[in-house]
Amino acid sequence: MIYKMTRRAALAGVASIAMIAAGATSALAENWKPQKPVEMVIMAGQGGGADRLARLFQSIIQKEKLSSMPVLPVNKGGGSGAEALRYLKDNAGDAHKIMATLNSYYTTPLRTDIGVDIEEFTPIARMALDTFVLWVNADSDIHTLDDYVAAVKASGGEWKMGGTGTGQEDSLVTAMLEKEFDIKVTYVPFKGGGDVAKNLVGGHIDSTVNNPSEALGFYQAGKVRPIVAFTPDRMEVFPDTPTATELGHDIVYWMQRSFVAPKDMPAEAVAYYTEMFRQLSETEEWQTYTKDKALMADFLTGDELQAYFIEEREKHAAILADMEGDGSS
Amino acid sequence: MDTLALLADGFATSLSPLNIMIVLLGVTAGLFIGAMPGLGSVNGVAIVLPLTFIVPPSSAIILLCAIYYGAMYGGAISSILLGIPGASTAVATTFDGRPLAQQGKAGLALIAAAVASFIGGTISVVLFTLFAVPLADLALAFGPAEEFALVLMAFTTFVGLGGDDKLKTIIMICLGLVLSTVGLDLISGQPRLIFGDMPGFYSGISFLVLAIGVYGIGEILYTIESSRTAPQVTPARITLRDLGDGIRTMNRMWRTMSLGSFLGFFVGMLPAAGATPAALMAYGIARSTSKTPSSFGKGNLEGVAAPETANNAASTGSLLPMLTLGIPGSPTTALLLGGMVMWGLMPGPMLFIEQPEFVWGLISSLYTANFAAVAINIALIPLFVWALRMPFTVLCALVMVLCIVGGFAPSQKMHDVWLIAGFGVAGYLLRKADYPLAPLVLALVLGPLMEKSFRQTLIAEQGNILAFVERPLSGTFIALAALFFVLPLVKYLRKGGARSIAPAE
Repeated sequence: MIYKMTRRAALAGVASIAMIAAGATSALAENWKPQKPVEMVIMAGQGGGADRLARLFQSIIQKEKLSSMPVLPVNKGGGSGAEALRYLKDNAGDAHKIMATLNSYYTTPLRTDIGVDIEEFTPIARMALDTFVLWVNADSDIHTLDDYVAAVKASGGEWKMGGTGTGQEDSLVTAMLEKEFDIKVTYVPFKGGGDVAKNLVGGHIDSTVNNPSEALGFYQAGKVRPIVAFTPDRMEVFPDTPTATELGHDIVYWMQRSFVAPKDMPAEAVAYYTEMFRQLSETEEWQTYTKDKALMADFLTGDELQAYFIEEREKHAAILADMEGDGSS
Repeated sequence: MDTLALLADGFATSLSPLNIMIVLLGVTAGLFIGAMPGLGSVNGVAIVLPLTFIVPPSSAIILLCAIYYGAMYGGAISSILLGIPGASTAVATTFDGRPLAQQGKAGLALIAAAVASFIGGTISVVLFTLFAVPLADLALAFGPAEEFALVLMAFTTFVGLGGDDKLKTIIMICLGLVLSTVGLDLISGQPRLIFGDMPGFYSGISFLVLAIGVYGIGEILYTIESSRTAPQVTPARITLRDLGDGIRTMNRMWRTMSLGSFLGFFVGMLPAAGATPAALMAYGIARSTSKTPSSFGKGNLEGVAAPETANNAASTGSLLPMLTLGIPGSPTTALLLGGMVMWGLMPGPMLFIEQPEFVWGLISSLYTANFAAVAINIALIPLFVWALRMPFTVLCALVMVLCIVGGFAPSQKMHDVWLIAGFGVAGYLLRKADYPLAPLVLALVLGPLMEKSFRQTLIAEQGNILAFVERPLSGTFIALAALFFVLPLVKYLRKGGARSIAPAE
């Protein structure tokens, strides 16, 4: 009995030493803890891809107890995220607000004059990069990129490309395709990626550039066919689908899924959230999810993340300028 | 028979003690969440979603669906008792539910709503059980052109809803359409009618904000003025005999209720539409096919039964594309979808093949949830009716608070509260000037859907406007729309133009 007790005590001692050792590496994070529930602002409305992902993060955080205070998702999707960006700007210095971003993080301030400079925000962590694939209905005769380009050209501009709202990611990829192959499509905007996928399967549009997660269910049921992936390397889930790069066309486009915080968030708080998302990125749930949904889990934080944001903003400015040039001509 | 065997297996799952408890809990919680203005099934499901890790996935989704179902029943409660729509899906229920409550028949209206919800829910679950997979193909056949035709049909069912004055009805529809264009344009990505640069308008004017404003606040202002603190609401009592009477009355409404159920199910099934348009359409059709259309809006029990069957049927219907296609038909089903993804289930065409236990457990739990909801709802009616016996001075303040909280809760923006106040005053003035409010609300719900699908079709078809009638499905709907449009005229002519000219419909 006594022996057992001592052994348990010893074990407890070892465990606490290990905890202290582990704690030392993230000492900064240990010092500061949220004092009230953390608001997770989502730059999109309820039910979309960004919203679903943010809620997945929330549930993993809650399940694995990664935060000492609950994290509450709040949707501020108005104006392609303009509402969320403005909200973050107006809450400078707040240590209890973080925002889940997508590519409208760059494009919205570029497209609309809302007085937001994303360089002022505090980068927290980039969780993943979502990928884009060119899809056609499985009943069509198109099997390769060459078939596709030929079919679009033959249609004389009546080829229906479906995607999300104008100025959002899908329309940017479409603009890149049009420029690269010197083709003209009729772009039909829909409300969300799921709606786009459904209309492709129903035969109401001819092609899409859905994220894999949006079309995966239909792909597995044999209803849609991937033609080309806009990634640097072939994707694990579609091993037989070539990338645009390997076919000699330099089109690579990502949708980033990151977290940022308001300007001047206290450094300890930044460290706390960064550590929270680092732990999240290592959980089994997240790793299974990224694998199933063909997301590239590419964790990035701090200054490197900020540099990435700024670089991406420049790229998007160029694509948008191209698109607008087309529109006026 | 295969289906029945699978369903029987499903019942083995859903009738386990744990799952029965979960259904009862979920339905009760949903009922109250739904009854609170501004809080709807979306909020209920969002709050509970992360808590579902403690139970197995099949029980978790049963809990979420029970809340979803309960909220659909609950939405009618505040629509009838207070005249504030508990959820956007229950707006049409206020049209006749509120007048009934004012006549002291709140109990009867609540019973009608509960029974109608039960019928709508049951018919649609049976449809779901038998035809889930083939119906998914029908949902796919709906492109933008078909959506437009359907919405057009919905509009025509409301011809004459405003009552006597056609001009006023048209003015209100136009006003609603203008309000519906506020916000970011989907096609061009540009903001429209944002009053200079008010960020609050970027996301458009929420339908619930308008409904709470004109019905909730507007109604209270109007009542205060017309009653001068005298309680205008007749205190209602409810006895077991009333319950029997209520059910007997409902027995005469099978035509309305089955129509509402089928319509609700099919409209709910289309990802773009959902329960709100379904309920409004069911109301419109019940009215335009009724023998006494003029009694609608003044306390006709069928005006409660039609939207309530339809919105419950639609809530089941919108589960269909979510499960079979992986496309949510409403914000709530989008959250359910997120939940399923979290548990490692992949909604979509493969779900029925790969996860039969899950799917059939869920379907069978819809049956149990429906039974639980109707039983709990009816059991609680005396409690709800009792709330109406509060002094008007207290009730009035309470409703005001509920309106403001209800407007703030979904978006958490003060902007919406100011809008509610504005719409409240506008609603009061419009009522005084005898302008009908239903067409305004209808136009705001259907306007964005109609505009979007119209423009999408024209873009896709290179501006060919005949595309709407060339496609078989959409052509059929257009023809039906034309029929609904002329039906009132035919009725009028058949009567030989008797009585006055104006109230033809």
